[in-house]
Amino acid sequence: MSRLATGGQIDRTQRIPFTFQGQTYLGYRGDTLASALLAQDVRLVARSFKYHRPRGILTAGSEEPNALVTIGTGDQLTPNCRATTQEIYHGLVARAQNCFPGLRFDLMALNDLLAPFFGAGFYYKTFMWPRPFWRRVYEPLIRRSAGLGALSGVADDGRYDKGFAHCDLLVIGAGPAGLMAAQVAARAGLDVILADEDFLVGGRLNSETHEIDAMPASRWAVKTRAALAQMENVRVMRRTTVTGVYDGGTYGALERVSEHLPSGSHDAPLQIFWRIVARRAILASGATERPIAFAGNDRPGIMMAGALRSYVNRFAVAPGRRISVFTNNDDGHRTAYDLAAAGLQIAAVIDTRPEARALGDYPLISGAQVVGTRGRLGLRAITIRTAGGLQEIASDCLGVSGGWNPAVHLSCHLNARPVWRDDIAAFVPAEAAVPGLIAAGAAAGEMSTAGALKSGAHAAATVLKALGKRPVQLTLPRAEDAPMALEPFWHVGGGRGRAWLDFQNDVTVKDVELAYRENFRSVEHMKRYTTLGMATDQGKTANMGALAIMAEMTGKSIPETGTTTFRPPYTPVPLGALGAHGRGKGFAPERLTPSHALLGEMGAPMLEVGLWYRPGWVPHANERHWRQSCDREALMVRASVGVSDVTTLGKIDVQGRDAGRFLDRVYCNTISNLPVGRVRYGLMLREDGMVMDDGTVARLGARHFVLTTTTGGADMVLAHLEFCQQVLWPDLDVAIVSVTEQWAQFAIAGPKSRALVNGLLRRKLGVGAFPFMACGTVRIGPTTARLFRISYSGEHAYEIAVPARYGEALARLLLARARTLGGGWYGMEALNVLRLEKGYVTHAEIDGRVTADDLGMGRMMAAGKDYIGKAMSTRPALCAPDREQLVGLKPAGALKRLHGGAHLFNPGQTPTRENDQGHITSQCFSPHLGHPIALALLRGGRARIGQNILMVDHLRQVETLCEICPPAFLDPKGERLRD
Amino acid sequence: MRINCPLCGARDSREFHYRGSAKLIDRPLPEQGRAAMFDYVYIRDNPAGVTRELWHHRNGCRAWLVVARDTTSHKILSVELAADRGRVRS
Amino acid sequence: MRYSAFKVIWNGLGGNRGWKPVWRNPQPRSRYDVIIIGGGGHGLATAYYLAKKYGVTNVAVLERGYLGGGNVGRNTTVVRANYMLDGNSQFYSHSLKLWETLAQELNYNVMLSQRGCLMLAHSDGQMDAMARRGNMIHMQGDDAELWEAATVRRHLPYLDFDNARFPIRGGLMQWRAGTARHDAVAWGFARGADRLGVDLIQNCAVTGFHIRNGRVLGVETTRGTIAADKVGMTVAGRSSEVGQMAGLRLPIESHVLQAFVTEGLKPLIDTVVSFGMGHFYISQSDKGGLVYGGDLDGYNSYAQRGNLPMVEHVAEAGMALMPMLGKARMLRSWGGIMDMTMDGSPIIDKTPIEGLYFNGGWCYGGFKAVPGSGDVFAHLIATGRSHEVAEKYRIDRFQTGDLIDEEGTGATPNLH
Repeated sequence: MSRLATGGQIDRTQRIPFTFQGQTYLGYRGDTLASALLAQDVRLVARSFKYHRPRGILTAGSEEPNALVTIGTGDQLTPNCRATTQEIYHGLVARAQNCFPGLRFDLMALNDLLAPFFGAGFYYKTFMWPRPFWRRVYEPLIRRSAGLGALSGVADDGRYDKGFAHCDLLVIGAGPAGLMAAQVAARAGLDVILADEDFLVGGRLNSETHEIDAMPASRWAVKTRAALAQMENVRVMRRTTVTGVYDGGTYGALERVSEHLPSGSHDAPLQIFWRIVARRAILASGATERPIAFAGNDRPGIMMAGALRSYVNRFAVAPGRRISVFTNNDDGHRTAYDLAAAGLQIAAVIDTRPEARALGDYPLISGAQVVGTRGRLGLRAITIRTAGGLQEIASDCLGVSGGWNPAVHLSCHLNARPVWRDDIAAFVPAEAAVPGLIAAGAAAGEMSTAGALKSGAHAAATVLKALGKRPVQLTLPRAEDAPMALEPFWHVGGGRGRAWLDFQNDVTVKDVELAYRENFRSVEHMKRYTTLGMATDQGKTANMGALAIMAEMTGKSIPETGTTTFRPPYTPVPLGALGAHGRGKGFAPERLTPSHALLGEMGAPMLEVGLWYRPGWVPHANERHWRQSCDREALMVRASVGVSDVTTLGKIDVQGRDAGRFLDRVYCNTISNLPVGRVRYGLMLREDGMVMDDGTVARLGARHFVLTTTTGGADMVLAHLEFCQQVLWPDLDVAIVSVTEQWAQFAIAGPKSRALVNGLLRRKLGVGAFPFMACGTVRIGPTTARLFRISYSGEHAYEIAVPARYGEALARLLLARARTLGGGWYGMEALNVLRLEKGYVTHAEIDGRVTADDLGMGRMMAAGKDYIGKAMSTRPALCAPDREQLVGLKPAGALKRLHGGAHLFNPGQTPTRENDQGHITSQCFSPHLGHPIALALLRGGRARIGQNILMVDHLRQVETLCEICPPAFLDPKGERLRD
Repeated sequence: MRINCPLCGARDSREFHYRGSAKLIDRPLPEQGRAAMFDYVYIRDNPAGVTRELWHHRNGCRAWLVVARDTTSHKILSVELAADRGRVRS
Repeated sequence: MRYSAFKVIWNGLGGNRGWKPVWRNPQPRSRYDVIIIGGGGHGLATAYYLAKKYGVTNVAVLERGYLGGGNVGRNTTVVRANYMLDGNSQFYSHSLKLWETLAQELNYNVMLSQRGCLMLAHSDGQMDAMARRGNMIHMQGDDAELWEAATVRRHLPYLDFDNARFPIRGGLMQWRAGTARHDAVAWGFARGADRLGVDLIQNCAVTGFHIRNGRVLGVETTRGTIAADKVGMTVAGRSSEVGQMAGLRLPIESHVLQAFVTEGLKPLIDTVVSFGMGHFYISQSDKGGLVYGGDLDGYNSYAQRGNLPMVEHVAEAGMALMPMLGKARMLRSWGGIMDMTMDGSPIIDKTPIEGLYFNGGWCYGGFKAVPGSGDVFAHLIATGRSHEVAEKYRIDRFQTGDLIDEEGTGATPNLH
């Protein structure tokens, strides 16, 4: 046990059992998995990615590259969890990853012996011969070693949520600067969100022994948080990482709501992904300590010096028995001072600076460097080089400090580059890097507590001024104000062993040297060639060192060398949270027709049509196959009467003095001369001359039209009409509104449709009284209805529209009436058969590449007016005689199979791309005709009617000889429609 | 990105649908010929910098908007109703 | 220096000190036979094939940043030849064939991983469209299989078959499709071109053209004036900007396309999968990251970054299709500038200016096109004639109406 007897921000009354590698341990409330393991002397927790080197815990925060573990079981198994941020909870199960058969003995550590051959980019230079071996041998081997942890492979049933939040000021980070900024802003009345990734507010204050206003800094943090929590205009979000900065003051944030709780103990979501919209933001994200590269610097027990203070001061854990510190700055000495004060033995402080002075009573070796280490599964000794030569020091723990890098990441998400500051030898956020965001505290390079408090207050005052608020006077708390004293030192040269830069991806100084040697010298080339900074930590501890080494080799300064690009997210975000509610039916809204319940009662299988659900067919008890139902329904419509819900068709109400003129401009045919009480088929083109959509236009009054669109085209057409009206011709007096949801609409089709309709009407329709393409208003039961004499089946047919609230009742009524006439309901499949028999087109034909003429509707294009698409449809290729034109096909030989998507060839020609004559757009079996039929787009097709063409389906290996015929297989003169 | 709709106020860009250059306001008249229409339909200045473009508040008030925006920074400089722009022209 | 396993071992034994620069850092000369503007995949490939196939070695590639720093270094690495329309079909087929021997051709392992690409269909209509496409692929001589839902389930049991908002009805599989290591493609072509004598000049931005009497004479750059007989543009993403310097007015908009990668995970997704209803596609790299993406953000942009709505939409689609992804964490997101043409297909052609050649408008299909594009563009520059697989990629097709519109959405680039 290495738990210190006193101190720390842990609750020693709450002992929490958890397991790691199958062994049960006890920790305390307030522990992270890392601190709890260190308290149990568990130092080896992971293996590195490439060389499978034994690895321990490097940091005490989200920048951790080494201590990644898999947590949970079953579908909640979560790989790559940072032990340094994961709170322990009762029953937490953690396992090491990327090792086989075990953590202590890992066979793949063989890679480490082969390291000389596995340098940066080695795989680009080999595995090429013999060629088939890449696919069969080399790549499978490489792939097998991919990744760190594993997903469970089963559906994640965890709950996730999303939220929007709005505030005047978002404060990112609740360390001294963030707390101070939030306080100043909140007192002046701003709505403030204070977000911090930790479960304790205070940031580094929790890891230090400083005092603020003569009280322990961590107590000041608690007190300040309590004061903020009292204020209604403040929301403190703990366990919330601001992950990305987006345009317009939008910030992405991940709140880990219940990842620290045992499953089953709560009903909260695991995580919430927040979109925070903030008028202003203060970046108080602190700083990240950076290592110094030296030979063998990756052993378990070698940690960041600041992390040692965290473990001792915050978690009351002794990270070692004989501890050394390797530093180039004064902050490293604080570690020695604090650890000594906690009663731990300091073996030595090795400072690269010859003039360094000790802060307290511990052995200091100035002007020295660590040049080597020993200890296979954990550090045992370090070798140092002084003026006097090499010397080994027994040590089981080494704290390393190369200085601190402000956490500039978020300030760079909108493409700004950070700027270099020589005094702290680090990058800080550029001014105005993100509109409305100011950096404060250590994130802005203010490394002392007093400096952070002051800069947080100052940033808040700046925000208040910008938002026109008067600041409330607050006296700044008193705190330490030690300057950052360091001498840049990046790596120990001249050694023999490997010195790690990127611990997780196993990138060493030698790899950067190799990149230099091979002329991968731009930072981006170096990163990409060596994979430095591309691991799960995105190089938070690695990048600076590598930049500095590349700068050294190229003889450029660090700012000249530049950084790689910082991109969201700051720390990785689970897809479960980002994609919350995307699972299953949550992925898209469901639109239901008025007859949905009725069809459900009848057991109709529902098909997705855009966002709508429509019935495929309505099976009878004796039917085993959908074709049986479909054939029956299609024949039923042709013989008696069928009812179908067509509410899904887009319905657009167009009114106004200029409505007719407007419609003349958006349809290629003329609409304005349509008499009141009549319906016309209309064809809309896109401005590029291709067909956009088709539908009907009904004139209900002199200034009142109702258009229908296809189901799939409804949104597009409405937006297009609004574009035409608002953008192109705002001077026209016309108003447009979608009434798709307001009206339930049903098709009643078949020779007995008039009988059915008349059964509903008080004033019956006589023969000839309500002719084909008539429309008008009728009374049905309690409501006024719209009646249209239109047909999509080729039969005598009507469509009735009633206000949506009457839709279901009307559906039931129509079905009952139809049954008495020997008819019934028909679904999408039969609807498709009926329209194909008649040669009517859908979006299978109107695929965005066809002209009106291709569909045989060239004559609809009115000559005497301008309309959308007119000019472009005169381009030569759109008028060429060999364009693919709509035709019908029927089998001409013994084989009767027609396939949608099959291509067409002249008989005798090889079925290759060069000989392609067209393709089948849709096909079905026509029960009426007794054979399959199809619509096709065929080169110069209309001139080839009567000839034969060969359908070839390479995919299903079918060839069918077909006869080319007109698209209308049934009643080409339309007599059934008009009777 | 947030767009300050003149009718609805500032809203997340997910409520809007992008159409393209505001040159689409100026649809050529038939007498200007096919070349003018070709230019209108197909050719774009596509500047790296400030551009005027059409957005549709599709999941909102359904107004078409003319937005001046910098394509290098995504900064929005102004938002107007397209209908107002069009009326000024005609 | 020729690369081989032997070289890796030999140099490894020597402390890896024997490796040589992969390319030189030449000073720009005052004159070249051919200048290629843009040191991305297409430019480097063009230079390589000019030197290799046509013996044109007095060539400079001018790159304003670092080699391979554009879209070739920020894509989702999918390689496929599964197009539906004449024009695209033969070109991408040609390109895929070049991919298959590229590692040997360049003596640089581009890690082509032919693990298949499955496009899912969710309705009968989409199945017909897949069949049409699949037949075209066969007619071009490439491979495709039309899978019923049960076959999809057998191969990819982890897709959501039982609760999906848009159930899977089937899909179109191309086995020869897959992924490649994107940076390696740029570096391999760069190394190959450099070895054949091409000058690769980094940090050299073109600021203007010298054009007299309708003929290009050279370019002005941040590193001085450089004369050339012929100039080729391969600056997709920024074609409009560079084209404008030469007075070209193009049917192109620049859009941002985001892409994403998760933390490294043990292998679990073996093929490229694309989800038609959700605008989502995913593959797993040889390093273990799940690389995924979706649609354009939808607005014109040169910022190389996008916004949250698409980040979230793509993740939602991922969860809809593969609910096992919940615990995978998005590690990094980035954006590329897509040169979106008005019909969604590229342009490789002469321009009205003699000696100036244009290659661009790759939309989001540029990566898989790299070797094919370089090959046919080199052909065009060297011979003055379009290569037979690229003759439909004419710049005047928008005037004539000979469009190649795979999506059928017309002159609205953000819908392609």
